[in-house]
Amino acid sequence: MTPLLSVHDLRVGFGRNPQANEVVRGVSFDLADGETLAIVGESGSGKSVTALSINRLIDFGGGRITGGAMTLKRADGSLVDLMTATEAQLTGIRGAEIGMIFQEPMTSLNPVLTIGSQIEESFRLHRGLTGRQAIAAAKDALDRVRIPDAARRLKYTPNQLSGGMLQRVMIAIALACNPRLLIADEPTTALDVTVQAQIMALLAELKRETGMSVIFITHDIGLVAGIADRVMVMQNGQAVEQGELNQILDRPQHPYTQHLLHAVPHFANGSNARVDGQRDKGAAEEPALEVNGLVVRFPLKSNFFSRATGAVHAVDGVDFDLMPGETLAIVGESGSGKSTTAKAVLGLVRSTRGSFSVGTRKTAAGHSAKPVQMVFQNPYASLNPRLTIESILAEPVIATGGRVNAETLARMASLLERVGLPRNSLERYPHEFSGGQRQRLCIARALMLNPSVVVLDEAVSALDVSVQAKVLELLVDLQREFGLAYLFISHDMAVVERIAHRIAVIYAGQIVEIGDAASVLSKPRHSYTKKLISAVPTIERRREHFELDTRQVPSLVRPRGFEPAPARWETFGGDHLARVEG
Amino acid sequence: MNYLMRRLATFPLVLLGVSILVFVAIRLVPGDSITAMLGTEAGLLTPAQRESLAAYFGIDQPWFVQYWRWIGGILHGNFGISVTYGRPVLDVILERFPLTLELAVLSMIIALAVGMPAGIYAATHSEKPSDLGVRIVAMVGQSTPSFVLGLLIIYTLSAGFGVLPAMGEFAPLWQDPLRNLSQLILPAITLGFAFAASVTRISRSAMLDVLGDDYVRTARSKGASARSVIWRHALPNALIPVVTLSGIEFGYLLGGAVIVEQIYALPGLGRMVLDAILQRDYALVQGAVLFIAFNFMIVNLLVDLAYVALDPRIRLGEQ
Repeated sequence: MTPLLSVHDLRVGFGRNPQANEVVRGVSFDLADGETLAIVGESGSGKSVTALSINRLIDFGGGRITGGAMTLKRADGSLVDLMTATEAQLTGIRGAEIGMIFQEPMTSLNPVLTIGSQIEESFRLHRGLTGRQAIAAAKDALDRVRIPDAARRLKYTPNQLSGGMLQRVMIAIALACNPRLLIADEPTTALDVTVQAQIMALLAELKRETGMSVIFITHDIGLVAGIADRVMVMQNGQAVEQGELNQILDRPQHPYTQHLLHAVPHFANGSNARVDGQRDKGAAEEPALEVNGLVVRFPLKSNFFSRATGAVHAVDGVDFDLMPGETLAIVGESGSGKSTTAKAVLGLVRSTRGSFSVGTRKTAAGHSAKPVQMVFQNPYASLNPRLTIESILAEPVIATGGRVNAETLARMASLLERVGLPRNSLERYPHEFSGGQRQRLCIARALMLNPSVVVLDEAVSALDVSVQAKVLELLVDLQREFGLAYLFISHDMAVVERIAHRIAVIYAGQIVEIGDAASVLSKPRHSYTKKLISAVPTIERRREHFELDTRQVPSLVRPRGFEPAPARWETFGGDHLARVEG
Repeated sequence: MNYLMRRLATFPLVLLGVSILVFVAIRLVPGDSITAMLGTEAGLLTPAQRESLAAYFGIDQPWFVQYWRWIGGILHGNFGISVTYGRPVLDVILERFPLTLELAVLSMIIALAVGMPAGIYAATHSEKPSDLGVRIVAMVGQSTPSFVLGLLIIYTLSAGFGVLPAMGEFAPLWQDPLRNLSQLILPAITLGFAFAASVTRISRSAMLDVLGDDYVRTARSKGASARSVIWRHALPNALIPVVTLSGIEFGYLLGGAVIVEQIYALPGLGRMVLDAILQRDYALVQGAVLFIAFNFMIVNLLVDLAYVALDPRIRLGEQ
């Protein structure tokens, strides 16, 4: 039987001389009807370019297909050569036979058009529907992706919907005309883990309903386990290994596949939690950081002159302490207040109430006047491209009124070496470094002032898994060496499991559960923690039925003068506390 | 609506600031209306004559009394009497304004009608020879001073075709539309050319940006045709910078175009203000500047309202 899609020796290049700049170098695969193929690889492996080549969108992205063959079996059974198809043929295929969803739902929908008109467009293009028929079809499409209140939502513009909702709209658009092939390019990477679980559940369900084939592109091997029939692993533009799901996950042949499987943070329900550097209950050590009753509110005003009518309660009464040499991970979804907590600790946002005390380190020797430093999420955006590494590292010293002298330079050199960068890095500029190296630079910069607390806000989220693993190792080493306390903000439970001693789960601006990492991850008590943990994709849970849950995160906007009820805590042995739900 | 009311409420405040500035600025210029009007003969005036003239013009009073009288008059719709024209200031301005407004509107129509298609064309043919051609013309258009272009047009027409641009008494649009247009079309082209060049450049770069956006890729993945991608998905998103630029340029044009008015001998606001400054016609300068400032504010308000119409993400008046 002819496969739905057959790709043979596909080559794609970029630039003026595409033959010389190939990023996809001879990829071949077949996709049968109803089959799901996962393409896995790190950034730059050519997986997205391969996907965009199938419907020839790559032509518009500066790429050129330089060789190979691609054949698609159309709905009527005829075969079409995608390499030589005319643009007119291709516009008939795109959307009708090949649907596509992308990584960033927030930017993938046209901001000035209502979602209704964007869905209707597919029906107009391929089904010739107009007016009321098109509207009705669009409503059905939204119903199909389980968006409640579809008729009203049709009139919304993209800015009025959350990321998860927008990705559903994207799926509705991609599936509007029942394509027989859906290409999903990292469809959940930009989403929270619980939202990711919902989108995966939806995709699995729609696949069952329609029997379509799916090409699922991801960097997350954990996700692959949940959905794929077959897996193709890509590295440097080539498919290094291809096979059945179980074979790839259990008996990987190629060293790179083995490396990927090893590097990916496996979430193991707390059994991988750190055992070193545990809190010493006996010692009366002074905490490196203590936060009491932190409240951050952003007043809402209808206009400049009027009184605030309410406030966004971004952080609503957060308490924790952090011992030297300890990592406290703050986990939660976007909008939960975890980053605001970090910014308040650094004084980057003004706290409405609450107190901090930052313990000065007793290791004496030159402890810093600025004991809290920060490493940000995006290493590409957080280094000034016009400064040399030397100026970047000198910045914290100058900012605190210090002078750049021989001692400073010596510290720069030793820190660079310590974070694993070549000594000659000082004269170079940020663009000469890779993402992982840049994040090492950011870590070095944070350590310049010899801080006692380092706030790591999603510090490894933007990195590829193998780079991520190395940066995490570096962080653990540095922690042991300098006795650093980490406030580690993350949404990724597997990463948290690797680095945290203690975990605070934050939901709607409040800590709902806090305690020892192993205890919280293995025996979560609060329903939200349970939900968060069950949403983590793992290699162990294969082809599992995801539960669809359409509950929304509660609004953080409260009327003026609103105070949350005081928290009641329940203890579960040791220092494991969970908020009593009411 | 609420926003509109609040925005309109700020107008008097701004105008008050403008009125003080122009009132002070024009008085900082050495000389006064009497000297400007009589020239060297002003020296022949006896002190008594000079005083009575000053009293007649109201410039014998301290400046704050003069200012107070002026503002008080405006509140009653009286902008004062122009010394040079011997008529109410508002009448003089309103007589000139239709021409200036019409010229500005015509130039903008030309600029948008030529500039946007050129910009879109260049963006969709980016890095091809045709794109380069458009960019060169736009660059030349932007850097050519309007008097050069104006003189060039007149010269070409008269020397090459023996046609002279329609001069003589200005015919208002509603009296003799044909004659009016024949008088204004060349000045409008002269002004519109540089304007069109700016519009071309900004719409090209805005379109290029937008064509690389994710939602354009999404539109293509749906099977939208090239035409639909450009007109339906990309263009509305590329309009904001074009509207911003057009608003600013249009606002300036409403203040009059001195050089083009001079070359084509048009009685517009620009020349009137220049003459008024040279003649120390205080009342006329002040009145004209207030009028121009008011127009600019109206244009800015329209631009902001256009933003809201174009982009649902923009909400006016929210913090």
